[in-house]
Amino acid sequence: MAEFRMPSLGSDMEAGTLVEWLVKPGDWVKRGDIVAVIETQKGAIEIETFQSGQIEQILVNLHTKVPVGTPLALIRAEGEAKPGAAVAAPPPTAPAVPLAAPPLIRAPVAPPAPPPPVAPGAAARARASPAARRLAEAQGIDLSTVTGSGPAGAITYADVERRLGEAVAPPEKKRAPWLDLEAMRTAIAAAMARSKREIPHYYLEHQVDITACEQWLTQKNATLPPDNRLLIGALAIKAAALAARRFPAFNGFYRDNKFEPAPAVHVGVAIAIRGGGLAAPALRDADQLSLDDLMSRMRDLVQRTRAGRIRSSEISDPTITVSSLGERGVEVLYGIIYPPQVAIVGFGKTVVRPWVVDGAIGPRSVVTMTLSGDHRVSDGHAGALFLAEIGKLLQEPNKL
Amino acid sequence: MQQETVQSGTIETTYREAVREAIRDAIKRDERVFLMGEDVGRYGGCYAVTKGLLAELGPERIRDTPLSESGFTGAGIGAAMAGMRPIVELMTVNFSLLALDQILNNAATVRHMSGNQFGVPLVIRMATGAGRQLAAQHSHSLEGWYAHIPGIKVLAPATLEDARGMLWTALEDPDPVLIFENVMLYNMTGKLAADAGPVDIDRAAVRRPGRDISLVTYGGSLWKTLDAATALAAESIEAEVIDLRSLRPLDDATIMTSVAKTQRAVIVDEGWRSGSLAAEIAMRIVEQAFWALDAPIGRVCSEEVPVPYPSHLENATIPQASKIIAAAKTALGRA
Repeated sequence: MAEFRMPSLGSDMEAGTLVEWLVKPGDWVKRGDIVAVIETQKGAIEIETFQSGQIEQILVNLHTKVPVGTPLALIRAEGEAKPGAAVAAPPPTAPAVPLAAPPLIRAPVAPPAPPPPVAPGAAARARASPAARRLAEAQGIDLSTVTGSGPAGAITYADVERRLGEAVAPPEKKRAPWLDLEAMRTAIAAAMARSKREIPHYYLEHQVDITACEQWLTQKNATLPPDNRLLIGALAIKAAALAARRFPAFNGFYRDNKFEPAPAVHVGVAIAIRGGGLAAPALRDADQLSLDDLMSRMRDLVQRTRAGRIRSSEISDPTITVSSLGERGVEVLYGIIYPPQVAIVGFGKTVVRPWVVDGAIGPRSVVTMTLSGDHRVSDGHAGALFLAEIGKLLQEPNKL
Repeated sequence: MQQETVQSGTIETTYREAVREAIRDAIKRDERVFLMGEDVGRYGGCYAVTKGLLAELGPERIRDTPLSESGFTGAGIGAAMAGMRPIVELMTVNFSLLALDQILNNAATVRHMSGNQFGVPLVIRMATGAGRQLAAQHSHSLEGWYAHIPGIKVLAPATLEDARGMLWTALEDPDPVLIFENVMLYNMTGKLAADAGPVDIDRAAVRRPGRDISLVTYGGSLWKTLDAATALAAESIEAEVIDLRSLRPLDDATIMTSVAKTQRAVIVDEGWRSGSLAAEIAMRIVEQAFWALDAPIGRVCSEEVPVPYPSHLENATIPQASKIIAAAKTALGRA
């Protein structure tokens, strides 16, 4: 029997609140399935299971805040014997231990244990008045996050108003559901303060001619429907991912006074959220993805992040971060490393500059790349090579 | 003019006297108007509404009829079709059932059946309601039934002003108008403007403004509802009390405006619950103001039994302030 536990979605996370079960006892799940939604300072996160099997028992009720590591559910692997009715739920912190031997042959087949009660409201719709529903919908409030005070505990208009008052965020009317920007700001503050306190940053800057990328993109996009067109940002991420694979000192985690290089390259993409939030969820295995795949994953990621629904693995996985301020930004940005990562690559906006190519001056599209590196792990010399490698990769976009 | 109004001031009167004054005024004002019914002349009306009118206005205008509701209601319909403006008094709604065929099949349909050649400008007055220990056969509240019928108007004056003012406006109407006078109101005393006159008969009135819940009622239940609202205010619940005044047509706009503000409604109706006027009003609120609702709509109606004779059982059967308070609190989640 495997335990599905409250995951850690960042070094600053101590606890999470379970807000939605997407499975019930008896459901079959496979590795990677989303089984629950928990609320953290980063917003509501969809949690995947790493264990395939059948949900045996739900251990934590909705709207309960539990520490990281707390078992949330029991998952029985395929083929694993169903425990007898006498088996008690394991203590919350210890791994499941079978307490009784399998029933002997002479014993009649024990009736299956009654299914454990599902937390009330897990499947049922929230009881809410029409007025409350309309207000909640207009304001993007999820009714499952509102406590009812009306007849029979129903959610009333005033309850939604109260919830609105609690979730005071920047004067953004259209907020994504479940996205608590105030909490997110607190999380950013904690992570960035820790980074500047602990990580001795060094900064490098490198200007790259990306005219070749632009020309290649123009050609490529001419053949693609608008929804599938590539953006320069996808090329930048792919180049950074490929370079990170070749320079492992920039791809991994610094934990317990030592650097652990990561076996895969998961690029955290910094995504601004309207109203003042920021998240950098992972594009997993970005170095392995084709540009088309990478682009469509990126679109999906941006959309889900702004809607406040990021998967747990996407939050905790990034091994390096890429930040791009895009065309409306400035020319140079110096990033702050997101601990426990050890590097962040920045891309400024593309500007047309007089540039010497083959001994002649001509207008070229130039972008300024930066690297913020963790001096505990790498030195400027390695950083320079890493950054130059990204620049080199961007000269041959067709090979990305 | 203003001076005169101030000088004329108000008079202390009763609901009974206000109805009597309305009849007297109408008969004096329009020679086509006359009153007929059982015991309205010599006896002065079973609720003494017409006491003294026979002597004052004469037997042409105040006419005693045989005990034949169907007969004299039909006579009233015919007189109205022929150009008169009759007021037919049915002693109580309980006996009006004997005239139901005349009301439903003739009065309400003649304009339609005659291709608009005839109208029936008739007013039928009757007493309604329980509370006077008259037992099951004499305690009905059937105005909701009449409010079901297209072709007639149904009024429920609850105040002295409406008791005094609705009759004339009803007589002016080209079609039949039924006026239901709750038996518990006849003795109600209060101040009425000495120059009180006709009032509109197509709008509901907000008798007490409030922001927390709409209490929709009419007739005899209005005063119980206002008592409930006063008690609720002591618990910081501000109830808005709507007096329907007209049960057909219903003034949807006033109801919906109120519900849009308060987001909650309880309907108080002395009729039996099933198929009641309260059910109709609740459904209209659902149709027109569903998205404003913050709680299930509540109803305070009569218990579904023949109205008992013993006083304590009779009182337990029909709406009372305590039930209205409880229903309002339930809707507010404060039960």
